[in-house]
Amino acid sequence: MRPETEGQLAEIVAGLSEPVRIVGGGTRGVAGRGAELSVVGLSGIELYEPGALTLVAKVGTPVADIEAALAVEGQRLAFEPMDHRGLLGTTGEPTIGGVVAANVSGPRRVQAGACRDFLLGVRYVDGLGQVIKNGGRVMKNVTGYDLVKLMAGSWGTLGVLTEVSLKVLPLAEDEETVLVAVDGAAQAVEAMSAALGSPFEVSGAAYDPDAGHVLLRIEGFAGSVAYRVEQLRGVVGGFGSVSMADDSAGLWRGIRDVTAFHGQDGDVWRISVKPSDAPRLAEQLGADGLLFDWGGGLIWARVLVGTDLRAKMGDVSGHMTLVRGTGQAKFQPEPAPVALISAQLRQRFDPRGFFNPGLMG
Amino acid sequence: MEMPTPNAAVLARKARLVERLQRVLPEDAVIHDEAETRAYECDALTAYKCPPMLAVLPASTQEVSDVLRICHEEGVPVVPRGSGTSLAGGALPTADSVILGVARMNDVLETDYANRIIRVQSGRTNLSVTGAVEEEDFFYAPDPSSQLACAIAGNVAMNSGGAHCLKYGVTTNNLLGVTMVMMDGTVVEIGGAHLDAGGLDLLGVICGSEGQLGVVTEATLRILRKPEGARPVLIAFDDNEIAGHCVSDIIKSGILPVAIEFMDTLCIKACENFSKAGYPDCHALLIVEVEGSEAEIDYQLGKIVEIAKRHNPVELRESQSADESAKIWLGRKSAFGAMGQMNDYMCLDGTIPVSSLPMVLRRIGELSEQYGLPVGNVFHAGDGNMHPLILFDANKPGDLELCEEFGAEILKLCVDAGGCLTGEHGVGVEKRDLMLHQYTAEDLEAQMAVKDVFDPAWLLNPAKVFPLSVTETRREAKIAAE
Repeated sequence: MRPETEGQLAEIVAGLSEPVRIVGGGTRGVAGRGAELSVVGLSGIELYEPGALTLVAKVGTPVADIEAALAVEGQRLAFEPMDHRGLLGTTGEPTIGGVVAANVSGPRRVQAGACRDFLLGVRYVDGLGQVIKNGGRVMKNVTGYDLVKLMAGSWGTLGVLTEVSLKVLPLAEDEETVLVAVDGAAQAVEAMSAALGSPFEVSGAAYDPDAGHVLLRIEGFAGSVAYRVEQLRGVVGGFGSVSMADDSAGLWRGIRDVTAFHGQDGDVWRISVKPSDAPRLAEQLGADGLLFDWGGGLIWARVLVGTDLRAKMGDVSGHMTLVRGTGQAKFQPEPAPVALISAQLRQRFDPRGFFNPGLMG
Repeated sequence: MEMPTPNAAVLARKARLVERLQRVLPEDAVIHDEAETRAYECDALTAYKCPPMLAVLPASTQEVSDVLRICHEEGVPVVPRGSGTSLAGGALPTADSVILGVARMNDVLETDYANRIIRVQSGRTNLSVTGAVEEEDFFYAPDPSSQLACAIAGNVAMNSGGAHCLKYGVTTNNLLGVTMVMMDGTVVEIGGAHLDAGGLDLLGVICGSEGQLGVVTEATLRILRKPEGARPVLIAFDDNEIAGHCVSDIIKSGILPVAIEFMDTLCIKACENFSKAGYPDCHALLIVEVEGSEAEIDYQLGKIVEIAKRHNPVELRESQSADESAKIWLGRKSAFGAMGQMNDYMCLDGTIPVSSLPMVLRRIGELSEQYGLPVGNVFHAGDGNMHPLILFDANKPGDLELCEEFGAEILKLCVDAGGCLTGEHGVGVEKRDLMLHQYTAEDLEAQMAVKDVFDPAWLLNPAKVFPLSVTETRREAKIAAE
């Protein structure tokens, strides 16, 4: 099934008699039963106003098309969405709908916010085939309940997105990355906390244990970058020797897409925790590979296939998502009252349970 | 304002309810005397008043849970209340309701600079959150104008914004977790100190739900390190349209100011008379503020001035000192007070796409002549959030109604221009009946489905957000079930 318009999609959904698997570019590794319902036919940028920092696009629009259109006006998707293809071994063209449905946010999340923070409005088809809109295309909007946030990261289980409107931001004129040689994760998180707690607007804070260094990104106007790099070196100089990276943009693409794990065996988990809990948790995991982003708040772990990593979480609060692998539930089981709310919401938005059934619980 | 008929059966249970609540709360936390409940009859939208049946002031999550469980069992509506600063009637009681005030819950539970978070009880005021972390040079970013008085509980309920949200976002972008009590008394933890949701983003829909899904008792908030400095530039134009183009060009240039404020003739004159800020005599005034080190500020202001000059401003005033900055901001910050001194006024809160600014201002001017009521415009220009202030005379019969009709026309205009009814004040009772102009019945049904899940009996903050016409069947079903 591959509708070309929102109307066709609504008709298809209304006429469904069995579950479907909703796909955009098919790069984010959504497995599931049912026939494929592709939204790539709904494609194209509907509106782009650089002076208002807003863009509206149909969900099947390739991310690459959107980024190219933004670049012409010196703007970008500030939440820096990851490209999952290398990590998951998928092919195809990532779409903006997939980014939103999975709330995909990259290293700049620590400073600029997540995909959901840049999502201003949605249109979607609910489980009965009704077209629903929520939010709009303006930055400040508290008119009614915020279903926009609820749809972001709902992985298609609440509705089939058809159109999204996004806040965009100016491209940085310049960027530099400060490298700090550190001795272990505990020291790395301390260095990142010091950097993120400084007034110098660090827009990326990651730790690569294999390289043994922390990466701190500064972006902005050239003069401002030079000044803040100098200040930041002072802030983190006490943690270890400091140097400048040669290829800042390339390094951060690598962090964003977790290139260190590409082509490596094992399950891949994405773990979201309070940064200061990260070093202790990382030790408990017994992972074959680790990468820390978001100042330690995001851990990528590569472990033996089939490992029940959640059993090693202990008393650390946060959650784990199985990004690559099949032996465990993809999403963290929720406490009973919260799980009940989520289940009832899915039931109300998709009463027949046809959208990506079982994916989120 | 039409409100549902008070439920006589609920009113008849008052004595029993008081007795049950007194068993779980200290004596002074249950307010049932009619003279005292009057203190809760309205919020900052003072045009509408209705004393509640009673008011309670719990001091802990457990006490909130006890109160809600009892009210749930008794079938009594509950209106949560932060500091009562809502401009939309978000905390307006119904005659058969219990006001649940969180004012006694104002502790800081945890400050954690390494993880850049603070956990507070929800009755704490917005400004005192910053106050708790200022000694380490941190701050809590959302800054609604009422920040001295307004509570985090209300900020979460209304997803409050502020002048600086162009750079820092609004409440939802700075809220990481809540402890919330459901209407049946169940306590849930949503989110925490980590940055994203592990399942559905329930926090995202709780924030901005106007106290209709649960009572938030604790919140985990992001705190940020203060910038090294900030300074504004004042730019005056002879024409609204040109000022609008200037805003758009600043944004397109790659600079992200922390605030871009816009004032029109009437507001400029009122502010000048009131505060003697020394504003130039002009048609449109912009205040643009940037942050950073001294050199960074100079660089950004230099670029802004260069852009502004291309639009032939009548005056440009770049602040060189803290004193000059304070003077530039003085008028803007006293805008509402200045207008209030001139007249009674009604403050609107629609948002429009920035590109529609000239058209919308022109149309508001035409409507103003048609209705015979003057309008001043103060406006967060960077994000399109308008605050038209309609002047009227509360003592003149019919003037309030005329003003409300005019206000509704302006808000519909905002929606038709591609914007929305409310950018930061919330729907409350004030804009409830305009919701069908922005959303279809199906759109509202999707939102109400969320309410059905969290609060199946529809007891929390009744008669807000949704037009009474679309909630009728749900309210009737509730009464029939009793």
